[in-house]
Amino acid sequence: MSSISSATTTAFAATDHAGSYRGLVARRLTILAGLAALLVLSVAVDVSLGPARYALPDVLRTIFAPGAAELQMRVVVWDIRMPMALLAVTVGASLSLAGAQMQTILANPLASPFTLGLSAAASFGAAMAMVLGVAVFPAAVGLMVPINAFAMAMAASLLIFGLSTLRGVTVETIVLLGIALVFSFNAALALLQYFASEQALSAVVFWTMGSLAKATWGKVAITAAILVVCTPLFMRRAWALTAIRLGETRAAAMGVPVKRLRLEALLLVSLLAAVPVSFVGTIGFIGIVGPHVARLLLGEDQRFFLPGAMLSGAVILSATSVLSKAILPGAVLPIGIITALVGVPFFAALILTKGRKAW
Amino acid sequence: MVSLALDQVGARYGRREILSNSSTPPIEGGALTALVGANAAGKSTLFRRIAGQLRGAGTVHIRGAEQADLRYMPQDTAMSAALTVYESIILALKQGGGGWRLSARELAAVDDVLDRFGIAHLSERQLPELSGGQRQAVSIAQTLVTRPKVVLMDEPTSALDLYRQYEILEALRRYARETGAVMILALHDLNQVMRSCTTTLALACGRVVVTGPTLEVLTPAMIRQLYGIDSRVERCSQGCPMMIVDGPAATTVGA
Ligand SMILES: Nc1ncnc2c1ncn2[C@@H]1O[C@H](COP(=O)(O)OP(=O)(O)OP(=O)(O)O)[C@@H](O)[C@H]1O
Ligand SMILES: [Mg+2]
Repeated sequence: MSSISSATTTAFAATDHAGSYRGLVARRLTILAGLAALLVLSVAVDVSLGPARYALPDVLRTIFAPGAAELQMRVVVWDIRMPMALLAVTVGASLSLAGAQMQTILANPLASPFTLGLSAAASFGAAMAMVLGVAVFPAAVGLMVPINAFAMAMAASLLIFGLSTLRGVTVETIVLLGIALVFSFNAALALLQYFASEQALSAVVFWTMGSLAKATWGKVAITAAILVVCTPLFMRRAWALTAIRLGETRAAAMGVPVKRLRLEALLLVSLLAAVPVSFVGTIGFIGIVGPHVARLLLGEDQRFFLPGAMLSGAVILSATSVLSKAILPGAVLPIGIITALVGVPFFAALILTKGRKAW
Repeated sequence: MVSLALDQVGARYGRREILSNSSTPPIEGGALTALVGANAAGKSTLFRRIAGQLRGAGTVHIRGAEQADLRYMPQDTAMSAALTVYESIILALKQGGGGWRLSARELAAVDDVLDRFGIAHLSERQLPELSGGQRQAVSIAQTLVTRPKVVLMDEPTSALDLYRQYEILEALRRYARETGAVMILALHDLNQVMRSCTTTLALACGRVVVTGPTLEVLTPAMIRQLYGIDSRVERCSQGCPMMIVDGPAATTVGA
């Protein structure tokens, strides 16, 4: 062909594209390994911090050889700190994965369990239990709050799910509906708060701040189990989910059953988001930041993006848990507050310095 | 040899019928076929109908290939995903199935389309950073990386510069020759059509009005009917047919 074209071809003939792609894959695997290492470190620090001061080596010894440790330390580490530290991991990973897939299937960088009304619904459900003492399902008193919160969050996401099965509903409609839900549930919550007793009111306010303080091994196990179920289901759809980010028409042209995939993903996401939110309250920020951090670090190939989003969400919430103990010695600040206060500037800096190519 | 024929095909969006009663003789593979028609004539709609994204009356007969061998390249090339060009082509390749690992053969297929469409030097660039024309070339590569036997391309050259138009149409022609694929290209530039496409389908107001050898279809009378433009078809000094625009047709108003 022409001279220009042959010049271009020879200039780049030397480059081995498959080879440099393998390099890219290796870099991404390294980043994932780095995130995992960071997570382990953060969890270790998290367990070693708390109102009672223990040295890190003692804490590690208690974890790995509980039999040899003294009783009080064993109780503090095993029954209080470990569940909290691990719940931060599972909740961070769940919310971030949920946010990542919401953003993917709704083609919207702002989609998250928070912006689609799941957190607001959960808060309302929790407040119903705390203010009115109303249980959506008959449940033990101790479980009324999380079960109510879960039921409401699930109801909100099933409403969104149901509407998105209707004909002619676009992703924009779904996002708008989610935002409408946020406002409705917030208004309903405000109404409850208006009529609430002093004591119930402070309980509600504390709950909506988000806290890991009520962590138990049971909650860790439930959130982990949901992750174990949902993650492989997303992994199996990795190529299709990535393709959806090229646009609905293009994905459909590649043979992706877009509508069905979106519904399947919405169901999984509802489950992934509703349970953690009902355990820890409003920690909305993770569902947006986690995926964006992963996207900046790893791109959107779901083979890397999916584990990346889980890891970055887990690291962020775990690090936040560390901060919530470290800022005021002797006190544990509500984690929802720290995520927003510390997370937002960090997030803004990240986005502004890295440059936003996608979205 | 692969061939595609339309039999009384129609299509609708909700209640609105856009396409009706469109039939063609079998369109043979191995060369380029043009789909021409004014804006809103229904070209993209016809493609979506053939690709199975829209339902409607009639049947699309494909011989020598299956529906799974069909690829459709949408008109809109906007892509905002945080993926490199290379990754986006792998993605297109992997939709047919297969696990997370990439075989040497798959990587070779990606390299092949990168070279074919002159985008090898873009392979590590991020999609949102590409220029419009670069995005279009990448989009073509995504469409052909699976080596489909039936290819529908909606305005594949609309964003390309003069040289790239020529180069890419040549590459598409070569692809058709090598694979025997049926390739239908919606095009607005009738000179491109006359140079590159052996067969032409003309679409007016949601109906295929004529299908045949390009020069027999694109007569001044047909061009006036389709676009409301008076024109002449002449030979350039090297014998290549070309259309010369004289101006808007005096009597008819454009569709
Ligand atoms: N999603 C849609 N819903 C309803 N009507 C549509 C839709 N897409 C296209 N149409 C209508 O169908 C008709 C044909 O549109 P189509 O996109 O097929 O035209 P086209 O020939 O591809 O035009 P262009 O050359 O501008 O790309 C137009 O009147 C258009 O308004
Ligand atoms: Mg069109």
